[in-house]
Amino acid sequence: MATGGFKDNYLVTEKLVKRFDEALAVDEVDLSIAQGEIFALLGSSGCGKSTLLRMLAGFEKPTSGRILLGGKDVASLAPYERPFNMMFQSYALFPHLDIWENIAFGLKREGLAKEDIKERVGEMLDLVQLTPYAKRKPHQLSGGQQQRVALARSLAKKPKVLLLDEPLGALDKKLREQTQFELVNIIEKVGVTCVMVTHDQEEAMTMAGRIAVMSKGRVLQVGSPEEVYEHPANRFVADFIGNVNLFEGVLSVDKPDRCAVQTAIGEIQVGHGVSGALNMPVAIAVRPEKIEIHKERPAVDHNLFTGKVKEIAYFGSYNTFIVQASDGKRIKITEANTSRHDLSDITWEDDVFFWWSDAAGVVLRD
Amino acid sequence: MMKLNLPMPGRRFVIGVPYVWLVVFFMLPFLILLYISFVDMGNDISPFKPIWNHETGLLKLKYENYWSIFRNAQDGTGLFHTIYIEAYMRSIWYALCTAVLCLVIGYPFSYFIARSAPSVRPALLMMVMLPFWTSFLLRVYAWKGILADQGVLNQLLMALGLTSEPIQMLYTNVSMLVGMTYVYLPFMVLPLYANLVKMDFRLLEAAHDLGASPFRAFWLVTVPLSKAGIVAGFMLVFIPCLGEFVIPSLLGGPENIMIGRVVWDEMFTSNNWPRASALAVVMIGLIVIPLAIYYHFTGDEK
Repeated sequence: MATGGFKDNYLVTEKLVKRFDEALAVDEVDLSIAQGEIFALLGSSGCGKSTLLRMLAGFEKPTSGRILLGGKDVASLAPYERPFNMMFQSYALFPHLDIWENIAFGLKREGLAKEDIKERVGEMLDLVQLTPYAKRKPHQLSGGQQQRVALARSLAKKPKVLLLDEPLGALDKKLREQTQFELVNIIEKVGVTCVMVTHDQEEAMTMAGRIAVMSKGRVLQVGSPEEVYEHPANRFVADFIGNVNLFEGVLSVDKPDRCAVQTAIGEIQVGHGVSGALNMPVAIAVRPEKIEIHKERPAVDHNLFTGKVKEIAYFGSYNTFIVQASDGKRIKITEANTSRHDLSDITWEDDVFFWWSDAAGVVLRD
Repeated sequence: MMKLNLPMPGRRFVIGVPYVWLVVFFMLPFLILLYISFVDMGNDISPFKPIWNHETGLLKLKYENYWSIFRNAQDGTGLFHTIYIEAYMRSIWYALCTAVLCLVIGYPFSYFIARSAPSVRPALLMMVMLPFWTSFLLRVYAWKGILADQGVLNQLLMALGLTSEPIQMLYTNVSMLVGMTYVYLPFMVLPLYANLVKMDFRLLEAAHDLGASPFRAFWLVTVPLSKAGIVAGFMLVFIPCLGEFVIPSLLGGPENIMIGRVVWDEMFTSNNWPRASALAVVMIGLIVIPLAIYYHFTGDEK
């Protein structure tokens, strides 16, 4: 695959806009996706991620903006002319064709020789381990098998970009976890550039190398799963990815390597600078698992607060406490369940101490 | 067991009604028809003789009613050279033509309705069914006014200078086909629509995505998936057209006698009820065979 100098910005969208009548579905999206990368568009329903994917596939015409593949504008190409293949949500397998014919469908449109088609379909069936099912009709297969057929069908033509629309959305939870890894393995084996759409942050985090968090048609942050989780760019991303406690306040200390924020429960120390103006309104995001909860006062001198346990939820691998702080704010704290019996004997209505290190919090300006 | 039996009378009644209906209004008339098709012609008082001969005490089946359909006794030209066979063939041919025409016109029609916005679909379907609100005869008569030598169409053609004198359209095969296609079109559109509206249009997107042009996608996905609708519509048009009597009589030419007309003539002109019955029984056979094929097809879907 000749890509010239476009390995890192293989698939690029430039100020991509899609307007449906008056509604702005996708608002000036700039993305740059590297070759061979698995890239996730993450957002809740109606955030524009599916419209963006459909523009990449060619089912929707951009209102304005460009889609570049290896430097060439493909926005004007019809879906059947693009080297993009899509794995549809709930698969859209052809019910009147058997599995073999489903996978061969795209190859036949290319006018390949019979033997070549046979060979390629064979490879694909091997890849997704469905060779014994070649003569079955889609409805005779389980959901997970159908999902693999859909994957094989979309990979058969060796697309330059593979588009996945909620690839695991139609599977139940247990199967979904298994399939996530299978899917990533296959995609990586093939080495195809992949753009996936999902509303499930866990799915995006496990499968994708980078994630674009979308809301209201805009991309709010692009980064690796770790980046978007540990360093969310704004309140929305912090809140959307995982659980978070947000403390609103004003910047009171701002040094290059640390800062402090005055909030309703007291001063919070943060181990990074923000280079903002003093007294500007900011929020601090602290993940529930980064907060420690104790009955006895721990020997620390900052970010230590008190509260009353209001709710306890047992999730098996961890416990969640809802603690009401002195100002009435309800704070979520999770503790890994490492020992079998000791729930650190914290119970409802207990007065507790909770604290976190200055590396745990992140200052959010937006 | 007693408890289970309690609601049974009501259930039996509900299930039984269609059966009773079929027996009384289909099975019995058919058996009477079958009976008459095996007896001798009667006289002015009773149109057919009883099957039981009182003098000899013998049961007498008159197969001749059937033989005469297939064999020309007069000129000895052999099997299948009878006006009846000709009329059957003609009926099958024109019923086929009508069904094909209805399919060709009805498919885009149904497709358009199925793909239009759900809010306008009822209005479009209403337009398909609206002609049913007028008398069938009136609608067929209206075509006379359009297709006659001095009719609307000829006058229009002459006014446009496309022809100097009227083109004979009425009382030809063309006018008959126009009439039958017009009348039976809704029977094609409705089952096709019911089928197409259920189709998942993402399948077409999937086909496009895999490199099929719109036409190929239509041919490789839409058409095969609407097979059941095509077969149902085809049968719904073909079967009634086969025995159609009114439209060929009003719009068709005098030389092209269809089987419906032949049965009528045997019944009311020749007063030969047994032969008319035999002709009708054979025609039922002609309908049952395509139906069996149809059920064979739809049986495959499972």
